Amino acid sequence: MIGVEQTRYRPPVWRDVRVLRVVIQVLAGAAVLAILYVLWFNLTNNLRAAGLPTGFDFLTQPLGVDIPGSDISPSSPIWRGLLNGVKISLALVVVGIPLLTGIGVLVGVARLSTNWLVAKAAGLYVEILRNIPPLLIIFFVFNAVVLRFPLLQESLSIADLVLVNNRYIAMVGFTAQPNFGPFLAILALAMLAAAGVWWWRTRRSERTGEHHHRFLWALGVFTVISLIGFFALRGPIGLSRPVLDGRALEGGYTGLAAYWAVLAALVLYTASHIAEIVRGSILAVPRGQTEAANAIALSPFQRLRHVVLPQAMRVAIPPIISQYLNFTKNTSLAIAIGYAEMTRITFQLIGNGQPAPQMIFLLMGGYLLFSLIISLVVNVVNRRMQLVTQ
Amino acid sequence: MTVEAPVFEETPPEVEPARGAVDWARKNLFNNWYNSLLTLALAVFVIWALLALVRALFSADYEIIQANLRLFMIGGFPADQLWRPWAATYCFTVLFGVVGGSLSAGARDRATEAGLPHVRTTFRQIVIRFWPIVGLIVVILSFTTTVTPTLLTIGALVAALGAYYLGRVLPRAIRRWTWLIAVVLIVAAYVALAGFGGVGWQGWGGLQLNLFLAFAGILIAFPFGLLLALGRRSPLPVIRTISVTYIEIVRGVPLITVLLAGAFAIGFLIPRDLRPSLVTRMLIAIIAFEAAYIAEVVRGGLQAVPRGQVEAAQAVGLTPWRTMRLIVLPQALRATIPAMVGQFISLFKDTTLVAVLGITELLDATFIVNSQSAYLGKGLFVVTLSFAALVFWVGSYTMSRESRRLERKLGVGER
Repeated sequence: MIGVEQTRYRPPVWRDVRVLRVVIQVLAGAAVLAILYVLWFNLTNNLRAAGLPTGFDFLTQPLGVDIPGSDISPSSPIWRGLLNGVKISLALVVVGIPLLTGIGVLVGVARLSTNWLVAKAAGLYVEILRNIPPLLIIFFVFNAVVLRFPLLQESLSIADLVLVNNRYIAMVGFTAQPNFGPFLAILALAMLAAAGVWWWRTRRSERTGEHHHRFLWALGVFTVISLIGFFALRGPIGLSRPVLDGRALEGGYTGLAAYWAVLAALVLYTASHIAEIVRGSILAVPRGQTEAANAIALSPFQRLRHVVLPQAMRVAIPPIISQYLNFTKNTSLAIAIGYAEMTRITFQLIGNGQPAPQMIFLLMGGYLLFSLIISLVVNVVNRRMQLVTQ
Repeated sequence: MTVEAPVFEETPPEVEPARGAVDWARKNLFNNWYNSLLTLALAVFVIWALLALVRALFSADYEIIQANLRLFMIGGFPADQLWRPWAATYCFTVLFGVVGGSLSAGARDRATEAGLPHVRTTFRQIVIRFWPIVGLIVVILSFTTTVTPTLLTIGALVAALGAYYLGRVLPRAIRRWTWLIAVVLIVAAYVALAGFGGVGWQGWGGLQLNLFLAFAGILIAFPFGLLLALGRRSPLPVIRTISVTYIEIVRGVPLITVLLAGAFAIGFLIPRDLRPSLVTRMLIAIIAFEAAYIAEVVRGGLQAVPRGQVEAAQAVGLTPWRTMRLIVLPQALRATIPAMVGQFISLFKDTTLVAVLGITELLDATFIVNSQSAYLGKGLFVVTLSFAALVFWVGSYTMSRESRRLERKLGVGER
């Protein structure tokens, strides 16, 4: 029997992978910490030398700048101005995302239309908008379109519903009448009833195999109940039309023209990217799926709604999320036309002598938070979609 | 009782390919009622838009562009130093010519060796591929007031063609060094602009600055991005954490905030006696920003390399470093070329953002000329911004088409 001598060979320390791993990581970590330390050292020294605060106490000092279109005075604390900026950025994001999704999906589907003119027009839209810098589009919409709207005194009124001038765009709004509270209760009741009908139709469809039409049923019940409530309470909601009263706009929803310019420019720009994604994802659905849908005699709408789009959406959602994030980040471009979202306010305050490093730190933190929240929300949606479809 | 024979509807014959305009229109424009409605509505809109466009094109006052063309192209570059930008332009046309020629020769040689017929790009294909660029050059030249720029442009074209044929006939041994020629030409272009009493990049502006920021930004950011991508895939947790943190933070914030940091905060982070110019700080910010995005592009390429490649390399006894350099990176980087072009396009568009910090790049130049006393309040934003839009559009559109062509050629999309 040959005894196998067990060699317990250990390589020299400088070639031992286990040692090297630890050493490399310690070195890398130390290097990063050293760099951060040097930066921190320079930062505190330079701030002190410039006579600027090194902490965040300055946030309670007065703002010192005027924010158009808000009720914040130059004497309110800085943090309120920044929060207002966050609110304005959010207003862009919350209104913009549904709009750009709608336009993007519409254009993306239109690009694949059998109608030659529709497909070409959609293609032209995508190819033109996609290849122009978004900042240029904002400049264009604001300076070449919005600023050429009539003056405030000569506001253009469209059927008393929309009032347009080069500073504000006002839309017809709703006002609560005395009976508004009870009406809200009736609306809630209608929602409940609709949910009940939805459940009942689903159950019935499962039992009998009949088509449920649950959406139409629920919508019908909701509409009937809320209409009855509306008339029984003798109009709990009134219209408020925007009117020009001397030098001010009254009634309706009034937004700064700059807001609409940024919104329109960024929505049009991002929608062109969404359209490309939607088109690509629809093309990624195997042709056999369309043919199978045709074979069981689905209408073109049903084919799109039940067969093609659900499969395309699964492919499309990750890149669409990244477009949402891009849109959110691009709202910072409003700075260029002086619209007071958070980047603009930061810029103004730095110009006013507030410490730049802290201000930019807060600004970046704000955007990181935005990005994080959108990613989280969308990840939840994404997971749910995959559970349903698989 | 008679049994009726079931009547089958006659199946319609295969739709014949449309012949003639009427057939074509019936099939593609009016195949059912809502398409007909859509077509009519859109046709009215398209005709109206076209008419408005033509009227605007012919009635517009282009004097503002003629008077400021130099500002748009090279910013505030001294007028008596104009030979410098032209010399740099010549360097780059020769560079593109030589590189194109030697790439083409390389493809020809590989095809010959493989015994395959080599298909040469025809003149028509070149026209189809580059008509936007040619059109843009014609448009820009139409705004010049003297004949010199046109002559110089024709000269540059001739130089590019000459360099192309030179690149094709270079012997193989020299062709391997084409990259060195390219580097020498790039350095020569910079020296022509900035050396011997010229103007360094802190004084550049206009389209020249956009191109410089985009090219320099992506080239310098590339090595950092590569390191970050490798770090992100490293098995060592500390290195991975550092890379991931950097990449995700930078990708979570808008470029404009990074540029603001470059303009206002970098000065606080470095010793006080170092005072880089604003353009340099913008470049640093762009590099820091792009590195994170390039890292993600490269990561995509690294993921596309099959695991078996690494295992095979280990099996033949390559060290980790050589595995990376000889096996993984060549395949990964080849797969990232189209995505890198996409990244470059997006950076090219994003270089307009330095306008916010008051640097006169192309967009800013086309914006501020409207406050010159001769044009103030005339509402010429449409004209000047359209000019800038045209320049950016041609650049991005051509590049994105070229990248799609590359993608097909490299077969990246097919898995």
